Amino acid sequence: MLSLCAAFLLAALPLPQSIVAFKPDWVALTLIYWTLTAPPAFGLLSALLIGLVLDTLTGALLGQHALGLLLLVYVCSRFRLRLRAFPVVQSTMVVAALLAANEFLLLWIDGIAGRTVPIGERWLPIASGTLLWLLVWSTFDRGREHAPARL
Amino acid sequence: MGSLGVRFLLLAVAACTLMVVDHRTSRLQPVREALSFVVYPVQMLVDAPPRAWRWARTSLAERRALLAENERLKREQLHASAKLLRLEALEAENRRLRELLDSTERLADRVLVAEILAVDMDPYRQRFNVNRGRLDGVYVGQALLDANGIVGQIVNVAPMTSEAVLITDADHAVPVIVTRNGLRTIAVGTGDSGRLRLPYLTNSSDIEVGDLLLSSGLGGVFPAGYPVGRVIEVRRRPGQSFADVIAEPAAALDRQREVLLVWTGDEELPGLAGGGRGAADDAEPRGAETDGGAPAVDAATTDADAPAPAADADASAPTRLADAGGAP
Repeated sequence: MLSLCAAFLLAALPLPQSIVAFKPDWVALTLIYWTLTAPPAFGLLSALLIGLVLDTLTGALLGQHALGLLLLVYVCSRFRLRLRAFPVVQSTMVVAALLAANEFLLLWIDGIAGRTVPIGERWLPIASGTLLWLLVWSTFDRGREHAPARL
Repeated sequence: MGSLGVRFLLLAVAACTLMVVDHRTSRLQPVREALSFVVYPVQMLVDAPPRAWRWARTSLAERRALLAENERLKREQLHASAKLLRLEALEAENRRLRELLDSTERLADRVLVAEILAVDMDPYRQRFNVNRGRLDGVYVGQALLDANGIVGQIVNVAPMTSEAVLITDADHAVPVIVTRNGLRTIAVGTGDSGRLRLPYLTNSSDIEVGDLLLSSGLGGVFPAGYPVGRVIEVRRRPGQSFADVIAEPAAALDRQREVLLVWTGDEELPGLAGGGRGAADDAEPRGAETDGGAPAVDAATTDADAPAPAADADASAPTRLADAGGAP
């Protein structure tokens, strides 16, 4: 829960113009992480609510981020055991795909709603998010290998 | 795992429904407001460090620096009040001339200073939050100015904060008038806070680099006569029927910290057209002029003198606009 608050703060934190395009989707990453490691932490309903709060924060359409996070949490909890068993590289690839799907969904909704958004820089948050995931997962994974995985 | 899929589908449909309703209607305003109470602490917390830093800087400033600043401000104040004196004389003259022409007086706009919250929103859109909300009387569509010109308008109002869009947002357009020749057009945002586009000018239209653009007030959102930008690039391509015209916003869009919320009193415009000065208008009908409405009501905020006459749809306006609107 605390990490989620931190993620919201990070999402709202103003960054210098030069690196703002690299800002990863903190909330999405946090949700993926907790869904994979502690499954009862976030259900689908809480994903929806968190998404709505994020929508209000970013001034998006209500439900836009909610739908993206719903998709992330659904996929993660559906294939949780498989994803957890993946080696670091493979799980990073899956997370990259998930982030890309999320970003694509947001872009798509923006397009349907008729909002003009630049497309060129959209892959940067995916790249930075994936990199971040690689760091976090490889760090925390080492500790967990010794502990038995919860089923 | 089947129930998980069903639940996902249900919630996804719910999210889609929300989006459609939010996009088509404004019925979700209460929901947004309720959520804004959750978001408010986040915004305040993120805004706290810059705020604390500014506070520390002003309260720990050296005495000498403060004295110097005080001196400078006094001098500026002297200059400004001297200018204001002249402006008052001009204003009186303007009023007299307008009375001769039987046109309406420009109303004094009411303004309120609002601070921009240092909160990052969607990085792909030019939006920001200000620390004034419905409790301060802010309404959707309200214009935002800074010392140099028009900044943007309010798109969403919460009780304590509100969300504004810059004039350079890719979805934003503001009706403008060229001071040099009275040419009316529309300035469209580009998504880059240093550039505006004027896409509806043909190759033959009279526009030059350096032309000052003022708000024309035609859209009914922005008060007329405030600077919007200055043309920095004109490219005419023979193959195309429209010229590429780029302007630079007059307001310091990505630098300022404080903005002014403006109440123009135009909301009362339709009902009160010709109300106050009806007798004179009736005596000599002049259909072309639209009435500026009643004077704005003052309520505990500062008063800014409007720099230009309300000359919305008036073809003879440009010269007067140029005189009063701070043109070069």
